[in-house]
Amino acid sequence: MGGHLPVDKTFKLFIGGAFPRSESGYTFQVRSDDGRLLANAAKASRKDLREAVRAARSAQAGWAGRTAYNRGQVLYRVAEMLDARSDEFTALLGDGGRSDESARSEVEQAVDRWVWYAGWADKFQQVLGTVNPVAGPFFNFTFPEPTGVVVQAVPDDPPLLGLASRLAPAIVTGNTSVVLAGEAAALVAMSLAEVLATSDVPGGVVNILTGDVSALLPWALGHLDVNAVDLAGSPDDLPDAALADAAENVKRLVHGDPTAASPSVIAGFLEFKTVWHPIGH
Amino acid sequence: MAGPMADDPTPEFGLDYAPAPESTAVVHLADEYGLFIGGEFVEPRSGRTFDTINPATEDRLATVAEGDSADVDRAVAAARTAFEKHWSDTPGTVRARYLYRIARQLQERSREFAVLETMDGGKPIRESRDVDLPLVAAHFFHHAGWADKLEHAFPNRNVAPHGVVGQIVPWNFPMLMAAWKLAPALACGNTVVLKPAETTPLTALLLAEVLQDVGLPPGVVNIVTGAGDTGAALVEHPDVDKLAFTGSTGVGKQIQRSAAIRRLPLTLELGGKAANVVFEDAAIDQAIEGVINGIFFNQGHVCCAGSRLLVQESIAGDFIERLKARMTRLRVGDPLDKNTDVGAINSAGQLARITALVASGVDEGAVLHQAPCDLPDRGFWFAPSVFTEVQQSHRVAREEIFGPVLAVQTFRTPDEAVEKANNSPYGLSAGIWTEKGSKILWMAERLRAGVIWANTFNKFDPASPFGGYKESGFGREGGLQGLGAYVRDAGANA
Amino acid sequence: MNAPTYTPIRTTSVDQVALEARAAELGSRSIKTSSKRAALHLAIRCIDLTTLEGADTPGKVASLCRKAVRPDATDPAIPHVAAVCVYPEMVAYAAAAVAGSGVAVASVAGAFPSGLSDLDVRTDDIRSAVADGADEIDIVLNRSAFLSGDLSKVHDEVAASKEACGDAHLKVILETGELGGYEPVRRASMLAMAAGADFIKTSTGKIPRAATPAMALCMAEAIREHAHQTGRAVGFKAAGGIRTAKQAWHYLVLMGETLGPEWLTPDLFRLGASSLLNDILLQLAKLDSGRYSGPDYVTID
Repeated sequence: MGGHLPVDKTFKLFIGGAFPRSESGYTFQVRSDDGRLLANAAKASRKDLREAVRAARSAQAGWAGRTAYNRGQVLYRVAEMLDARSDEFTALLGDGGRSDESARSEVEQAVDRWVWYAGWADKFQQVLGTVNPVAGPFFNFTFPEPTGVVVQAVPDDPPLLGLASRLAPAIVTGNTSVVLAGEAAALVAMSLAEVLATSDVPGGVVNILTGDVSALLPWALGHLDVNAVDLAGSPDDLPDAALADAAENVKRLVHGDPTAASPSVIAGFLEFKTVWHPIGH
Repeated sequence: MAGPMADDPTPEFGLDYAPAPESTAVVHLADEYGLFIGGEFVEPRSGRTFDTINPATEDRLATVAEGDSADVDRAVAAARTAFEKHWSDTPGTVRARYLYRIARQLQERSREFAVLETMDGGKPIRESRDVDLPLVAAHFFHHAGWADKLEHAFPNRNVAPHGVVGQIVPWNFPMLMAAWKLAPALACGNTVVLKPAETTPLTALLLAEVLQDVGLPPGVVNIVTGAGDTGAALVEHPDVDKLAFTGSTGVGKQIQRSAAIRRLPLTLELGGKAANVVFEDAAIDQAIEGVINGIFFNQGHVCCAGSRLLVQESIAGDFIERLKARMTRLRVGDPLDKNTDVGAINSAGQLARITALVASGVDEGAVLHQAPCDLPDRGFWFAPSVFTEVQQSHRVAREEIFGPVLAVQTFRTPDEAVEKANNSPYGLSAGIWTEKGSKILWMAERLRAGVIWANTFNKFDPASPFGGYKESGFGREGGLQGLGAYVRDAGANA
Repeated sequence: MNAPTYTPIRTTSVDQVALEARAAELGSRSIKTSSKRAALHLAIRCIDLTTLEGADTPGKVASLCRKAVRPDATDPAIPHVAAVCVYPEMVAYAAAAVAGSGVAVASVAGAFPSGLSDLDVRTDDIRSAVADGADEIDIVLNRSAFLSGDLSKVHDEVAASKEACGDAHLKVILETGELGGYEPVRRASMLAMAAGADFIKTSTGKIPRAATPAMALCMAEAIREHAHQTGRAVGFKAAGGIRTAKQAWHYLVLMGETLGPEWLTPDLFRLGASSLLNDILLQLAKLDSGRYSGPDYVTID
């Protein structure tokens, strides 16, 4: 028997490009399908959510201000880094009980999804924007813009593909995101955070919190500096009052198939701005 | 120029136009109106009615049914039946024909609708005649052409109508807002229950006649008149598949609460506090007209009204002087007079709200200037008003007044203009006045608002999407983006 | 080298679409019936009844002057026009024909309609017309200098023309249709006023693109700004293509709404026209009789 005992990884949170522990000090145990302790993951609190929203807000203008070409390259870099660590993600998914084939397939699909959305960075405006033939001497055009800060409850299953399918279309246009990953998706989400941290994604563009999504979502829904909440991967047991709270700042609530890939998914995180300009001299 | 003979030889001439009233003979009002359900006018199950008045005279125009939840239930059931029995299977080409017919009927009866709109709502006939009704017809015509092209509007998507759509429209542009709601909903194959505003139900009821005349199948459009409770019954109805609302942010939030719990598709077009930003290098004379139009159009009863003037400090004194001079030329009075610029306030309640907010502005230290004008004795009126010395914290700078009241602030640099313009929970519209193209685009990129008017204001078109950022709502009306609010993804290969 | 006598003043930009929309909107104002007669009389009182043909003769001018003094021989209540407008050669005849009537004599002068001759020739032309009895001189702006950017020259020529006028009033024709848009018209207006013009005028009537309501609005806004800056009220003359009473009414509304009712006088507003007068007379006849009149019932002079 060799003298090497594996060094276990500590899973923390991902906020503003850093990996802090939860300010609450709480963790939860993540065990493999067969009961093995995989890690203690950080259980994010509402204050962690507050910090994550703050980080997302301060990163948003800069991220949206990047050229589309640049954002596309950053997302592509995510795909590259994810692909490079595909064995690790396959193993993580396997720990969750998935067959090796199924796990490998999901990783491949997730890589593909990041690549696919990376390519949308400099195309969504052309597909979703319009020049409008108004009845008068005006040049009138409508173009999409990021809505701002999005809080996203990502699905437990499939964790890696679900994350890619929600996060990539949200951030590719210039939104910044606070991802809420449940216990089942926690290790995959935090491993993706490591990918993001090494992929030229500016700090704060993606922030990932793990823990009790049902407990965190009401705080996100009520937060006045959150523009949209993505419920595609959210638990079904949200209290009515929490959902109703979204109206407090007329928040955008995004629903949909958690693994769909479409420009209409991108559109769910956009605002449409129409500009009128006279044609004359 | 021709007209009947006049009397005295050469009186002094001084641009004494008024009155040149539009004849009301074109409008034939019934004394009482029922609810329009299943293609016919029916007595309300509620047994309740209310009067609608002319806000310029306070005269009663007609008595209108007040629908309750039983009436809404009946209307939704009619819409559901129509949707399932035939409308959902009606080909787009046929839906298009109905919409084209409606557009034509509205063009042909445009004057009648315009006069009635002015009588019931108080807006100047010049606006209802030249703006509202032409846009109403244009909206139906534009969307008619979408009805048989949905697969091209939404390529690579398998879309379907939502089903029964509940639509609630406001009193400031009663017909136009009804058109904005109905035309895309019908084009996409939905059936509708429409609730007009309490104070302006009459043109919607006249529209019901048009819908009968064009042979629109019964139940495709149902119109339930009433007040807030009627609207709430529609919002809460469990068999409505989508909701669309235009109105105040307060009511919009209530509706969103209800829709959010049920995860119901929703379009909200809510309030605003738009900044109209005038730079020192603007075309000043046109900017003055634009600012005037921005706030006094339709008595300022406009969600996208340019109610905050942000003028660059270097020209502020001169600009405000010119603005005040221009205000002296506004004609306030009889909305049916073709020369009237500013008509009646829509209701006593709205007048009270405007009056209270203006009083708060005075209390908080802003300086009030009102155009000199003789207001009629009867009816609801408010003189065109401008506040100067306004601070960002003043209520008149933050709250939507929805009346002819402009709050003036100054800025020094473009960055400051953006910061002040965006410093609001609202984000419906904004105006930019500068002759420098790059500055327009720089501003347009930074202003957080859904509609940006550069060197113009209050322009609307069925092809141009309209709607807000932030608390001004979500979803768009008009154009391809607006059409998308009335379809859902039906899944692959359905 | 002389220092430039004119430093370009900054003039505001003009937005074409908004300007034209505003001008069109003012065209939809309706007039109160009881004011119609006053409006039509005012329009007559503001007319510069014009003949500027190479074929003008003393006889033609005499006929025009009779019409100017007494537009409707059957109705003495109808006021005389503001002025007759003729070529310099015809000034003496016109002055004699309108003497004592209150009708002024206006003369185009200064190499009308191009303005492209030596400045001394042009100022001599002005002096000669004034000496013959012209009360008002209509000159053309030097578009050649304006379009080539020599604004100092434009300014100095107008100033020299003003000096040559002596007591006569100077109207400066911008020939707006040749300036290329509203912004240059605004700039030319400010320039002409700064150089001393008593009136600024749209057109010579010799090119197809004549006065339009939007152009008039553009110039009226310049006049308003000049008055605001200097306190001096400069007049406005629309000319070219104004043939109907309805058009005249549109211009009256434009002036009144933009500059105020104080501009609605022959001292500050003129309509250069020939056939307009008869259309107004037809409208007045309609007011009197209650029936629509026809062209056989007014004189063609």
